[in-house]
Formats: sequence, C-alpha cells, structure tokens
Amino acid sequence: MNRGWGGRSWLLIVFVFLYLPITCLLVFSFTGGEITTRLDGVSLRWYRALLDDDELKRALGLSLTLGALAATAAVIVGSAAAVVLARFGAYPGSRLFAGLSTAPMVLPEVVIGLSLVLLFTHPLLPWLGGRGVVAIWTAHTTLSAAYVAVLVQSRLLEMDRWLEEAALDLGCPPLKVFFVITVPVIAPALAAGWLLSFTLSMDDFVLAAMLSDPGSTTLPVLVFSRLHHGLKPEINALATVVVTVVSIAVIAAHRLMLSAQRRRMQAVAAARRQIG
Amino acid sequence: MKLPRLFLLRGRFWAGFLPWAWLLLFFTLPFALIVDVSLSSPELSVPPYVSPLSLGPDGQLHWSPDATPYRRLRDELGALAQPGADRPYLAAWGNSLGLAALTTAVCLVIGYPFAYQIARSAEVSRQTLLMLVMLPFWTSFLLRVYAWMSLLDSSEVGLINQALLAAGWIEEPLPLLYNSGAVLVGMVYSYLPFMVLPLYAHLVKLDNRLLEAARDLGARPAVIFLSITLPLSWRGIVAGSMMVFIPAVGEFVIPDLLGGGDVMMIGRRIWDDFGPNQDWPMAAAVAVVMVLLLIGPIMLLRRHGRAAPGSLR
Repeated sequence: MNRGWGGRSWLLIVFVFLYLPITCLLVFSFTGGEITTRLDGVSLRWYRALLDDDELKRALGLSLTLGALAATAAVIVGSAAAVVLARFGAYPGSRLFAGLSTAPMVLPEVVIGLSLVLLFTHPLLPWLGGRGVVAIWTAHTTLSAAYVAVLVQSRLLEMDRWLEEAALDLGCPPLKVFFVITVPVIAPALAAGWLLSFTLSMDDFVLAAMLSDPGSTTLPVLVFSRLHHGLKPEINALATVVVTVVSIAVIAAHRLMLSAQRRRMQAVAAARRQIG
Repeated sequence: MKLPRLFLLRGRFWAGFLPWAWLLLFFTLPFALIVDVSLSSPELSVPPYVSPLSLGPDGQLHWSPDATPYRRLRDELGALAQPGADRPYLAAWGNSLGLAALTTAVCLVIGYPFAYQIARSAEVSRQTLLMLVMLPFWTSFLLRVYAWMSLLDSSEVGLINQALLAAGWIEEPLPLLYNSGAVLVGMVYSYLPFMVLPLYAHLVKLDNRLLEAARDLGARPAVIFLSITLPLSWRGIVAGSMMVFIPAVGEFVIPDLLGGGDVMMIGRRIWDDFGPNQDWPMAAAVAVVMVLLLIGPIMLLRRHGRAAPGSLR
C-alpha cells in the first residue's frame, strides 16, 4: 500500500473486477445467436426484439412513472424530516424520531417488504387498497425518504444559519423563510436526493415483488422472472441500454458538480482577495 | 426570535406532522404488525393468519398468542447436539451469518488498500475514481447479478469455463454456479462500494504530515500502519463493515439467482414462507428474530456514522 506500482496495480485490478462483468454483458448483446455467452455473428437482432417487446415496454413505463412519483414524494417527506432533525432541537420524542427516520435505510429489504405487505393486506385496513402500485409507491417513498433525510440534513447543518435568523428577525414568516432562503441553499441536496430516490425505485426488486399484484409488474420484477425462465440475449441488450443511459447521466452530473465546485472555490478566492 | 411563541409552535407542529405521520403509519405500525402476525396462528384464509388480538362478542379484547413459530426455532436450537436432525431454519441462519461475515471480511481486504490508494491519489483524480466506484452502483443491481450468472455458468458456454477450456487448463467445465462460492462472489461484487465509501471518507482525512513525521523518525511501514493509519481509519472500518454485513444477512436475490437450490439463506426462508409455503406467522417470526439479531450491528453503524451510499458527495 503505497504510491508505487503495487498500489496502482491493485487499483487497476479492482476496477477490472468491477467493470469486467458489465463489459461482458454489453459485448454479448450484439450476438446473432440464441446463447447469451457466445458471439455467433454480430447483429442488432436483440435490440429489435427489445423494441418489439410490449410486456417489457409496459414494465419500463410503469417503473419510470413510479420512480418519478416516489422520488417526488420522498423529497417532500424526507426534507420535512430533515428540517425536523436539523432545526427542531430536542423535544419529547426527538431521539426516537432520529432513530426511526433513518431505520428504513439500514434494515434488510425483506423485513421492510414483509412489514408493508402485512400493513396493506391487513383485514382492518381495507381502505389502503391492498397490494398494487400504490403499495409499491408507499414502500419506495418510505425507503427513499430516509436517504433524502440524511442528505438534506447534512446540507442544513452545514449551511449558514444567520441567513435564516436574519430573515426571521426582519419579520419574515417561517414558512416563507423556508421557501425563499432555505430551499435555494439546499437545492443541490434536494436534486441529489431526487435522483437517488428515482434510482432506488427503478432498481428495487424485493419490495416491488412482495407488494405487487398481477397488474403492477415493474421492470425489475419482470427481469427477475425472465432470469428464472430461460436466459436470452435480450436481457443483455436491455443491460446495454441501461448502462449507457446511466453512465451518461452520472458522468454529466459528475462534471456539473466539479465545475460548480471550481466556481465556488474561485468565488471564495475572489472574496478573500477583496477582503485582503 | 421575536415571533409569538404560539405561532412558532403551531408552525413546528405542521412541519413535523408529515414525516411523523408517515413514519408512524408506514414504518412503526407495520413493525407492530410483524410482531402481531408472528404470534398468530396460520389459517387457510386471506390473509393466511388469525391475529391473536380479537374482539369477543362481549365487546372485550381477547389476547391469545400462538408461539408455534418461536417454539420451532427454539426446538431447532435445542436439537443442536443431535447429529443428522433436520434443522432448516438454523441451517439457513448459519449460512446467512457465515456468508455475510465472509463477504464483509473479503470486502474489507479488497476495499481497504483500494480506498487507501484512492485517498492518496492526486486531488483531481480522486473525484473521478470515486465516481467510477459508484457508477456500477447506479446501474441495475439485478443486471449486475445476471452478469455473474453468465460468467460463472457451469456448462461449457459459461464465460470463465470457455476461457479455461480454450486455454487448455481444464478438460471438463467446472461447476462454478449454484454453490455458496458463487453467492460469495456475487455479494462481494455487489457490496464492495458500501465498504469503499466510508473507508475512503476516513482515509482521505488522514493527515499526511503524521505519516511523514513517523517516517522521518525512522518508523517502519508496518509500525506506521498499525499505530497511525489503522487507528485513524477504525471508524471507517466499522461503518463500512456494518454497511456490508447488515444487508448481506437479509439478502434474497443473490442466493436465489447464484446459489441455486442448495444455498438456503434466511432471506430466502422468509421469502419461501411468505410466498409458496403461505406460512406468514413463521415468516414474521424469522423477521422479528432477524431484527433482534441486527440491533447490535445497527447500533454500531449509528455510533460510527455512515456515508449515504449513492450520494455524489
């Protein structure tokens, strides 16, 4: 473990371990044959199959909608929780709230899934509507809100409290202070939280599978059942599309973040020069 | 603050109402239901159990718990000494805890030098390297497990088998898939970023001057590591280990897809009792035991802080 070639080559080995399996998936999506691990000619056959797959397109549509709705709800619930965590100080039950609000993040998904199935199928709670899309939306919102709460809370704790205090002292009502002062400052955390929640929802299999009814097959639930019933290179083609879209999004977000960071550092340096 | 106290209190109430109500309805109540169902008796109905709590004809609440699932778990523990006894749940617990511990250890051994190297890289490349660690995490989990299905496939078309056969190192394809080794590889692959992030967060704060001072004073690398680097990254080690161990104990997808029928883990037991077996009280009891067993690791994780996985920070 040093700066020398030993450390560098370990870096390389682990990155190969992380990326080789994904690369294999991508390569074999271009096979012309039926076997998922052999290149029998090169063709776009499985991409055409993907385009013609109505079941898959329906599942994708449902997952995208569900992801957007759950992410939006998670940002609302999660940032409200973050405000309670970061700004309310101690009140009776505050420690309990701190424990509860992040618990969905650390408990195994199987346990959360089971607990929500019991809630939605409970004989005394028929108004919840049983299993289905709404149940999955609730589960994804609960899980993601915990992540949003952590992200937004850390942002709230590091932001300049005097901005809010000054506005309050000048007679601005608290709710207006929140939307005019606080929200713009924590906007990056809200955006990151939304994206993370969207990804968690798009990616979740366990909760969606436990809470789904026949009419609510999300993309991961469909992919899982396909993985069980005979493999086809179509899944490889799907993987290629997913990896491409995600990589473009993550790299774009990364570059945006780096340039924002650079601008902030330049602004700080400029301010220092003025003071000096 | 010069606002009337009453107004502030009311504002606080409404700001706190939404998250409190959400957590009570969709997190706390469901957990109470798990406990309730774990003490129910199974019944051929929808849902397939009868709650121990019932309202009698006299308008009184009756409490008649059925502890059969817990008794079954206890009896399996009691039969520990008997060889050859059938202990499906205990075996699943053993597999889960063992594989989760092994996954954590392997992730630590791979991840520590890896995170160290990233933390010691030039500042410009650090962010990019971290992004590269997180990138697979953002792509689909199921598809990453699927990638290992095609790599480890036990027939002659499995990718590793193809390579080994082509190289002439083996005559017959190796049975790589559908065993606990395959599950271990899949879990290490999926959980490695959870280990690397907290380790990195602590290692990057390590002051280089400490290491230089120790080196200048003639300390050997091993001594520097044991007396400076390791203690200063201890919290990262604990946080990372718990972030791998906790989800690994309850994992369902990886043992199901890579383990085949032989590797029964406790997450699959819950799944089977909940699904095909329709024994909801048993599934609930196993979930209760799982939460009780994980309280220790969860407390450790809380005390040592956590880095939210997937955050771009």
